[in-house]
Amino acid sequence: MSENISRRNLLRGLSISALASGAGLGTLAAAQQAHDAVAEGKKAAGGEYVPKAFNAHEYKTLRHLSDLIIPADEHSPGALAAGAADWIDFMASNSTELREIFTGGMGWLDHDMQRRYGADFVDAKPDEQTAMLDLIGIEKNAAPENEAGIHFFRWARNLVLDGYYTSPIGIKELGYMGNTAVAEFHVPKEALEYALKRSPFA
Amino acid sequence: MFQLRRSPEVHDVVVIGSGAGGGTVTKVLTDAGINVTLLEAGPMLHPMTDFKEHVWPYQVDHRGAGPHSEMYFGKNIYGFSYFGAPAGNWTLDGEPYTVAEGSQFKWWRARIMGGRTNHYGRISLRFSDYDFKPYSFDGLGTDWPVSYDEMSPYYDKAEGFIGVTGTKEGLRTAPDGNFLPPIEPRVPEVLIQKACKSLNIPCIPSRMAMLTKPLNGRAACHYCGQCGRGCHTASAFTSSQAMIFPAMKTGKLKVITGAMARELITGDDGTVTAVSYVDKATRTDQQIRCRAVVVAASACESARLLLNSRSSKFPAGIANNSGMVGRNLTDTTGYDLSGHVPALDGLPRHNSDGIGGMHVYVPWWLLDDKKKDFPRGYHIEVGGGFDMPQIGSFHGQDGYGAALKSRLRYDYGAWVGFSGRGEMIPNANSYCEIDSGTVDQWGIPVLRFHFRWTDHEINQVRHMHNTFTSIIEAMGGKPEPKQFPAHGVDAVSIGGEIIHEAGTVRMHDDPKQGPLNRWCQAHEVKNLFVADAAPFLGNPDKNVTLTIVALAWRTAEYLAEEMRKGNV
Repeated sequence: MSENISRRNLLRGLSISALASGAGLGTLAAAQQAHDAVAEGKKAAGGEYVPKAFNAHEYKTLRHLSDLIIPADEHSPGALAAGAADWIDFMASNSTELREIFTGGMGWLDHDMQRRYGADFVDAKPDEQTAMLDLIGIEKNAAPENEAGIHFFRWARNLVLDGYYTSPIGIKELGYMGNTAVAEFHVPKEALEYALKRSPFA
Repeated sequence: MFQLRRSPEVHDVVVIGSGAGGGTVTKVLTDAGINVTLLEAGPMLHPMTDFKEHVWPYQVDHRGAGPHSEMYFGKNIYGFSYFGAPAGNWTLDGEPYTVAEGSQFKWWRARIMGGRTNHYGRISLRFSDYDFKPYSFDGLGTDWPVSYDEMSPYYDKAEGFIGVTGTKEGLRTAPDGNFLPPIEPRVPEVLIQKACKSLNIPCIPSRMAMLTKPLNGRAACHYCGQCGRGCHTASAFTSSQAMIFPAMKTGKLKVITGAMARELITGDDGTVTAVSYVDKATRTDQQIRCRAVVVAASACESARLLLNSRSSKFPAGIANNSGMVGRNLTDTTGYDLSGHVPALDGLPRHNSDGIGGMHVYVPWWLLDDKKKDFPRGYHIEVGGGFDMPQIGSFHGQDGYGAALKSRLRYDYGAWVGFSGRGEMIPNANSYCEIDSGTVDQWGIPVLRFHFRWTDHEINQVRHMHNTFTSIIEAMGGKPEPKQFPAHGVDAVSIGGEIIHEAGTVRMHDDPKQGPLNRWCQAHEVKNLFVADAAPFLGNPDKNVTLTIVALAWRTAEYLAEEMRKGNV
């Protein structure tokens, strides 16, 4: 098995040897500083997120959409808990182009829901919401009259997936175990056997 | 206002460009005790703060999409990725180039200490014997004035210094070298090897410039797979960290950053007497006098500098009485295909980062096949494993909800990718020249590109498509739905896109056929040398960097010896 070693220890050890050999990889202090900046990262400010790009109704709609795209399940929390809607709002607050895709898309969604069911998307019954997402979120149902909604949903899904799977919750959900320093690289036997057994080379 | 400054001091050797070629020349010359002045058009590199190694996407507020969502709208402000090592971009503010009507060409330009070596894939393949004698081999192209046997000791030196993984295989298409231990294949790569074996295709440990053991004061790899972001411990080779920073400590190297070379100044005797460059910070023209100059600015940038250095003795550009500067421009062909492999669905999770890039690859295997409809060949780079999720990792999905979430979990890590990288035969329609009507922000005339693929390359890329499909199917997988286009040329990467430009200041024993002699020294200007991929006579399917290093090493040793003898 690979030995996990902390990046801090790794850099300390390596930088000393690098300095000793004159390879010029920067000072130990610089290595430590770079490491600490990464390790501390951005700590969450805490408290409730206040939307910057969307109004209260749009923000509520976006949160609900993100929950429908990646819900919580027995395996892990979903996009809502991972803050995907907050992240999209943050991104839209710095891009008029992105903001207009979302405000325009959600405007179309509400208008179409009003026409069909007499309610905005977020206030409609769950089966009405699902009926709409089946029309705009599943490629084989694509109809020309829903083109604007389909276009919007592609954006919404792409950004919810981005926001979710680049969050700590999403990374854990996938089970990505890298981005760390190890002394040796080895492939676990059980993983190799699992794949070989299921392959044409069994 | 431009202000011209001339330094009274005469520098020994001025090297222009700090990438694989310039870095190597700087290292070899300073090791020999020669004073070098290195001009780099970009800024100094500070690995500890410039490299974003080990940063998670959520530690950046825009997570890599750009502060104004640039990456979502096709504004590629980072070149490859926000997290990638600083190394340049496809477009540079204030530094245009033009493309002739009917041609397509993309030009990557690095503007940073270390150049493209800060980000490159680090695939390190020796050229084969026949790659140096292509005309003798099949009647296409032009033989090099250098043979494999002459180059082999320099490959040994290059590999011994930069560190290359690999195994002895005894293949003519992939000559063995001076290797560090290989790295274990990842789970998908084991399946790829088995699929290749069933098809009689070799799939061998990759040859990569990452250290599986400590070497020359650089630490061994810590297997985070992020070589493309730049490596704080310099375990992945860069000319900046491995060559230039150590040379700076010798006291023999003077580095001038932010220095854009404008022109080589010729004296009455036809030799280079000085280099004129723009100091970007002050927008002033500077001149430094020198005994010799080594141009290593990247193939096309080097050709541009020579073409722009006109004088009464060299009206078509310095060392260009042959008219060959800018001609014979080549790049590598590229074609990619991925596929889903159900055997990998639900694969037990583990850290598969390893070294950044492939752990196994397919060297060319049909050298003696007389039935194929294209000359020469290609190698195959493979991909697969549990990658760190990034912006865009899951774009283009269908559906939503619990079904989407569980599908993404189930097939995470169950995709394999294949990239073919093949040889282009030089042709008369592919070259660069000065576009005298367009200048950059400092008034330096820019390049205009002409570029065409021929049936040689198109047929080769069709062969890649069929091969990749066969390998994926042999694994029980399903290739992504991708029809080979009716116009095959649409399948090939755009010229320049693989970032392997070569050939624009080529060597030849006959001064009418090539500006440089067998030592990469200009026939017409004995103190002018070129040390990047510009001197190459061909562009085999074996990425250019290792050969740039080996050839530059040989050139630098020759230059040092000529200086010692007083010939330069």
